[in-house]
Amino acid sequence: MTQDEAPKGAQATRRRFLSAAAVGGVAATLGPARAADLGAPGPGDPANLPPNVPDWSKYLGDGVAARPYGKPSKHEAHVVKRDVEWLTASRESSVNFTPLHELDGIITPNGLCFERHHGGIAEIDPADHRLMINGLVDKPLLFTMDDIKRFPRVNRLYFLECAANSGMEWRGAQLNGCQFTHGMVHCVMYTGVPLKLILEEAGLKPGASWIMAEGADSSGMNRSVPLPKALDDCLVAFRMNGEALRPEQGYPLRLVVPGWEGNMWVKWLRRIEVGDAPWMTREETSKYTDLLADGSSRRFTFVMDAKSVITNPSPQAPLKARGQNVLSGLAWSGRGSIRRVDVSLDGGRNWREARIDGPVLPMALTRFYADLDWQGEELMLQSRCVDDTGYVQPTKAELRAVRGVNSIYHNNGVQTWLVRSDGSCENVEVS
Amino acid sequence: MSRFRKGAIAAGFSAVALLAVVAAPALAGKLGLGREAKPEEVTAWNIDVRPDGQGLPVGKGSVAQGETLFQERCASCHGEFGEGKGRWPVLAGGAGSLKADRPEKTVGSFWSESTTLFDYIRRAMPYGNAQSLEPDEVYALTAYILQLNDVIKDDVELNERNLAGVRMPNAGAFRDDDRESAERAFWGHEPCMKDCKGEARILNRAQIIDVTPGNKSAPRVE
Repeated sequence: MTQDEAPKGAQATRRRFLSAAAVGGVAATLGPARAADLGAPGPGDPANLPPNVPDWSKYLGDGVAARPYGKPSKHEAHVVKRDVEWLTASRESSVNFTPLHELDGIITPNGLCFERHHGGIAEIDPADHRLMINGLVDKPLLFTMDDIKRFPRVNRLYFLECAANSGMEWRGAQLNGCQFTHGMVHCVMYTGVPLKLILEEAGLKPGASWIMAEGADSSGMNRSVPLPKALDDCLVAFRMNGEALRPEQGYPLRLVVPGWEGNMWVKWLRRIEVGDAPWMTREETSKYTDLLADGSSRRFTFVMDAKSVITNPSPQAPLKARGQNVLSGLAWSGRGSIRRVDVSLDGGRNWREARIDGPVLPMALTRFYADLDWQGEELMLQSRCVDDTGYVQPTKAELRAVRGVNSIYHNNGVQTWLVRSDGSCENVEVS
Repeated sequence: MSRFRKGAIAAGFSAVALLAVVAAPALAGKLGLGREAKPEEVTAWNIDVRPDGQGLPVGKGSVAQGETLFQERCASCHGEFGEGKGRWPVLAGGAGSLKADRPEKTVGSFWSESTTLFDYIRRAMPYGNAQSLEPDEVYALTAYILQLNDVIKDDVELNERNLAGVRMPNAGAFRDDDRESAERAFWGHEPCMKDCKGEARILNRAQIIDVTPGNKSAPRVE
């Protein structure tokens, strides 16, 4: 079914992403966004504008039975997850990206949370799902979903970032859109059971020091998690933003590993084994390890370093008017809370502090703003965050100096958007 | 309040409770949820394999058997010799390339444990027909892929006793996360706010590469 689906035009010699990915002269182009194209939502139909009265002010609209599960306005149809077809050999083991430039606040709507699967989306009837606990436990246990929902539960807001977010940018500016450079992150409120309570129910045996979480999908995704983390803040979650997990986010059950790389948040969670050593699975040895310039590699690089990005303006969300504009962005840290965000209009030469608005929570997205009086001058926009451990988001040059360009994962360098005099934006790197 | 299990809600998430779990697991409070997993249920689902060989099933497979199987079941994506077709994963080669401009991370050039190969094939391959291989077949495929990488000789038969002893060429090149010491410079300094550098010049730009999918039309949404 999946053999030789290799997308056209990829050049196998220029590997950059997910090891099997190549950069090629492919894909439709996103031409320079012209100010003339940027009229959306447009001047509007005069028949609907003052002094006229539009139809929706005169006639009845849909009744309450028309939309039993509400969806966004048809005028928001462009606000969707997107993928980059040439990145991977097949779409069942691939990724799509959250449209960060179309969102605000800190909560990602469930339908826009990016997806990364290794064997496609498992479609599971919750009646047919079980969570098994085995290994170094007093008693191996099997839970139904109803059992899981009888445990005391908690609500927690966390970001989830793929370790490969921005991974295509190690060798220079490549993808022209915040959605593609930074869209492998989302933030929702999880409802779930502290993993500690579930492990306690089985009883940990002496010597227990790691767990292995395993998914029920066709990749059997498995990752080792150190026991102290599992007992500290990991959750076994069954809801996101109040409703059941979406199938593509692991319905009916997923692991939540706050602040740590998304690959560890095993979806369709079917089993947790307790052991006295890590398993060294494919995803924690051959993948999700960071190859450095000297040929050595870091492993178990679980925590996501502090990172920020300006979501607006950005290549998919150009400036449309001179004068007052709102610059907006997101910051997050896997080590704790965001303490401060600075923004630069001149490529990092001078900085000013941005205004953080909304909740500032540990290991959650944090929203920042800066008012921008733009008179058509060229700008080189950057943001830089500091977390409450004192970690300062590095520049890409600083990061490359200590990591090289081959590590794929954990690229948290400062992003630059060039804003031209027509308001269009481009992903660039600056000196 | 008697409807709630004492302590589970009030104190269940405290650091004190966490210590209690570690110090005296046998005394941990039980909620009486779930049921004991039967031995045959655990055996059937417990398919993971560790570097020390824990979890390896009884079985055996040779390089020659693996070669035949590989051509039938794997080569359509990975190529006859593990060279990878299209952008499917390359399994062999790449030795000595890890410092190169374009490193080739394969089983032989990069992977740190031989047991990882067994664990992964057993749970996830063939792609789209996972958990369909018998243990003997997994041993044989593991043997063939290791032989393609010159990790074992072509007359070797792997089994539950000798696989964990196969040492991978790049095993010594991994170290645990040391960012908090190696990248100490990223912590604790007051960020510069004014005249931090000379005028910024553009070094490179995404539109020259031009590989971004179009933004004008959305993918079909059902």
